[in-house]
Amino acid sequence: MKPPPFGYAAPRTLDEALAALAAAPGGKVLAGGQSLIPLLSMRLAAPPALIDINRAAELDTLRTGDGGVRVGALARHARVERSAEAAAVQPLLRRALRHVAHPAIRNRGTVVGSLAHADPAAELPAVLAVLGGTVEAASPEGRRTIPADDFFRGPLECALGPGEIAVSAFFPAAPPRTGSAFAESARRHGDYALTGVAAVVTLGEDLRVTAARTGHLGIAATPLVLDLTAAAGSAGDWPAAAAHVRARIDPDADIHASADYRRHLTGVLTERALRAAAADALRRARD
Amino acid sequence: MEETHEIVLTVNGTHRTARAPARRLLSDLLRHDLGLTGTHVGCEHGVCGCCTVLLDGAPVRSCLMLAVTAAGHEITTVEGLAAPDGTPSPVQRAFRECHGLQCGFCTPGFLCTVTALLRDTPRPTEEQVLDGIAGNLCRCTGYQNIVRSVHRAAELLSEREGGA
Repeated sequence: MKPPPFGYAAPRTLDEALAALAAAPGGKVLAGGQSLIPLLSMRLAAPPALIDINRAAELDTLRTGDGGVRVGALARHARVERSAEAAAVQPLLRRALRHVAHPAIRNRGTVVGSLAHADPAAELPAVLAVLGGTVEAASPEGRRTIPADDFFRGPLECALGPGEIAVSAFFPAAPPRTGSAFAESARRHGDYALTGVAAVVTLGEDLRVTAARTGHLGIAATPLVLDLTAAAGSAGDWPAAAAHVRARIDPDADIHASADYRRHLTGVLTERALRAAAADALRRARD
Repeated sequence: MEETHEIVLTVNGTHRTARAPARRLLSDLLRHDLGLTGTHVGCEHGVCGCCTVLLDGAPVRSCLMLAVTAAGHEITTVEGLAAPDGTPSPVQRAFRECHGLQCGFCTPGFLCTVTALLRDTPRPTEEQVLDGIAGNLCRCTGYQNIVRSVHRAAELLSEREGGA
């Protein structure tokens, strides 16, 4: 298993990378390569050129502020996972990153690369979607900000156009009295999940539930975000919210799980994640 | 004729140079161009962990990295774990003592992974050990001796620290 031949450019700046991509129609951007290189080796992809952005230091950034966490295109999963500042501003990031493959993969793979790869079974697209985050794309024409809702178009398909490079992703901060949790079930830890869920619960001043949302992976062509505020009610009826999810989804069967099993498991994990997110919100409200 | 690139990198503390096409995987550069066949290649798509090496000290899959991307970086392979005089490292000694090698195919990946794991987490819990080696597969025997080896390596390392 060896990759097919391809043209290769190793730009040192974003501008050089955009120029190299413009000069190589059909070229692919290589960052961590933890999804792209297997695709090349298995010859499922044969792009005419790779634009290797690993030397573009300006993209190796991780910025946190009151508004949220902005992750540059070269920030590896491991860096974001270890960042205490990122975890303080948006705890869901670290909670989800621990489920992304294995440590050796997280040392190399990038957060933005995982989003651009748009695998419906991946964790980070569901996180970006449930938080209502954005992806910043650059092209020779300029920059645009793409909301998560518009970014994921289908399995392994995102909204980046030819000649565009995703330069960063923005994960909004957790608002006050808001908790989160992540749960997934995989045949082995680190494998692609059969189904997974990121849950976010917000409480009011009176500690009653004012918002409950889930972002699901592995059960639809793109991350599925559901607003469960009405289903859960202000008292937080999590079994009712999970029942609503089970009725709402239409997962596929594959060799690992039947559609019914996936639906059942999604309900179980949803209830568990919502409960944990509500407990987290309560903890944060009392701090 | 396919275009080739000059690739200069540091492997086990030594400057090495090779010419290879951009599609040369780091695992293949180490084995074929540099003759370092200690790095084993199992699945070639990032699942088995046999080809794990240290890139600037951090474990990575050498089959999931282009050699050209590794240019300028420091690579440590299993050949670089022992002392310069050939004395096995504490992790290597522990694997030998506890029969953690078994058939030996997955061993290079385990040794590199565990070397970094114990550097970052010198006294790992059972759960941290299991999580730390979860990305490395043994297909011949099982993990009991390997897990025992990791705990023994932690002991040997702490004895060395304590004795220093």
